[in-house]
Amino acid sequence: MNEHEKVNKTRRKLVVATSVVGGAASLGAAAPFVGSMWPSERARAAGAPVEVDLSRIGPGEMAVIEWRGKPVWVIRRTQEMLASLKAAESRLSDPGSKASEQPKYAENEYRSAKPDIMVMEGVCTHLGCSPQLKGPDAKGEMGGDWVGGFYCPCHGSKFDLAGRVFRGAPAPTNLKVPPYSFVADGKLVIGEDDKTKGA
Amino acid sequence: MVARLWQWFDARMPTVGAEWRKHASEYYAPKNFNFWYFFGSLALLVLVIQIVSGIFLTMNYKPDANLAFGSVEYIMRDVPGGWIIRYIHSTGASAFFIVVYLHMFRALLYGSHKAPRELVWIFGVLIYLTLMGEAFFGYLLPWGQMSYWGAQVIVNLFGTVPFIGPDLALWIRGDYVVSDATLNRFFALHVIAFPLVLLGLVVAHLLALHDVGSNNPDGIEIKKLKGPDGHALDGIPFHPYYTVKDLVGAIVFLGIFCFVMFFVPEMGGYFLEYNNFIPADPLKTPQHIAPVWYFTPYYSILRAVPPLFHSQFPGVMAMGIATMILFFLPWLDRSPVKSIRYRGTLYKAWLAVFVVDFLVLGYLGTEPTTVWGQFGFDAFFLDTKDVATWVARLCTVVYFLFFFLMPWYTARDKVKPVPERVVVH
Repeated sequence: MNEHEKVNKTRRKLVVATSVVGGAASLGAAAPFVGSMWPSERARAAGAPVEVDLSRIGPGEMAVIEWRGKPVWVIRRTQEMLASLKAAESRLSDPGSKASEQPKYAENEYRSAKPDIMVMEGVCTHLGCSPQLKGPDAKGEMGGDWVGGFYCPCHGSKFDLAGRVFRGAPAPTNLKVPPYSFVADGKLVIGEDDKTKGA
Repeated sequence: MVARLWQWFDARMPTVGAEWRKHASEYYAPKNFNFWYFFGSLALLVLVIQIVSGIFLTMNYKPDANLAFGSVEYIMRDVPGGWIIRYIHSTGASAFFIVVYLHMFRALLYGSHKAPRELVWIFGVLIYLTLMGEAFFGYLLPWGQMSYWGAQVIVNLFGTVPFIGPDLALWIRGDYVVSDATLNRFFALHVIAFPLVLLGLVVAHLLALHDVGSNNPDGIEIKKLKGPDGHALDGIPFHPYYTVKDLVGAIVFLGIFCFVMFFVPEMGGYFLEYNNFIPADPLKTPQHIAPVWYFTPYYSILRAVPPLFHSQFPGVMAMGIATMILFFLPWLDRSPVKSIRYRGTLYKAWLAVFVVDFLVLGYLGTEPTTVWGQFGFDAFFLDTKDVATWVARLCTVVYFLFFFLMPWYTARDKVKPVPERVVVH
């Protein structure tokens, strides 16, 4: 009779069963620790819409607004700026914004509810850096065919003035457009769709 | 008196003496160790330096988004000797990676990853990865611009994982953006969790090494030839022979370390980046952002891979595979010999190319993609005209070829006969 046959089968089964139950219990014990790393109630609560006074932004100017801890850009685009959108179209990777995120009212050629007022999240869709505004005069740095737009300093993605990404950049999609709406007195609310229209 | 005290102690706790003999005074290491064998003990020295300086930094540092940046300035200006403690810790971080990279290169030179030392190598790679995590968590703590945006980028790497990515990134941050919650948890991971893991892995690395015995510049198993005393003919006790040798190495190393610490602690922006002297601003990414030098080869690989199917996950995958492939090195290397001294020209050439390739990737990672200008012509395949991006792509391909072709070129290489005994010059 070898060692293997001397094993008490019942006792072995009990040992295995106990170990399995013990293992499951220790996995369960990990749950509160893993769970504690989700955003706290306080972090969840801090996400209210913000109001922007549009009269502060002159033609061609851009304001950076903080919403949910992220930079949101509001640009009052001039006629030349809107024309530059057409000029760049052939070099974009998603000119129609089909694969990109924006509310219904921004699904048009300008990616905005009103052509001149552009609202978008200033967060690169690649890895979350905040791109920088580079005017059409930055040709020396950005290349001869530059028409004005945004450049991400982290990984070199380029976007036009509607946040649409140029081909050959690591960013996969156009910049996100957050929900926004216009209220009386030329004010803009970021983070809230127009409730009267039902969005 | 001391001898009698030791006898008293040894009778009651013989483990201490037995372990000392096993790992030091009767651990027989090959007698032909050279310059490249300093870096293991130096890595241990840096680990101790980091733990000690880190403990004293935590006495004045505040892991709070509103206070962190100020508390680091407070350490630098008002805490007596605070500046030196911080510079020890920041110089130590870079020194750690320099020493570890040289230590890993030693393995490639002398085949220290090959059988029977695969486990030693695997524990080593785990140490390297843990060290990267440790360095990354630590870099957020000063809460400067580079801390903030570096963390933003790295956490978002996890966000690119298909399906679970966004939730995973949210779980890591503990908030919708990198915030106080993120800083606080990174502090906990940096000062408690990862150092403990690191210490455990170092113990495993050393135990695994001492079980199989050290490799040497000739790649000969010295245990095969034993003298009448049962010890390897080509072995000498680690203590006192190598403790004394390593002490010399430690003195020279500390000399260089102190020079850097006192005269060039920022190392021209490579050890401490200039933008990190600006407090974190979630609304403004600095003009040029790059990780600290020790991450830049992998960062270059990440940046070089273009997105596929509107997803940047392929770049993240490439970066992940670039590090994970290290685990498989012992099995990718099919050469019958270990040391470069007896390998053929194929391996030597590939290793040389790999070293240059790794350095170029590292350099490009510290610079913007426009650093080498743009191509003057246009072509349908040029999705970007930045020269540096294309060089990085070429280097990324070479990086992977070094590993993927290794089974082929190491097996095909013309090797020289390996001598019976180690060669001492």
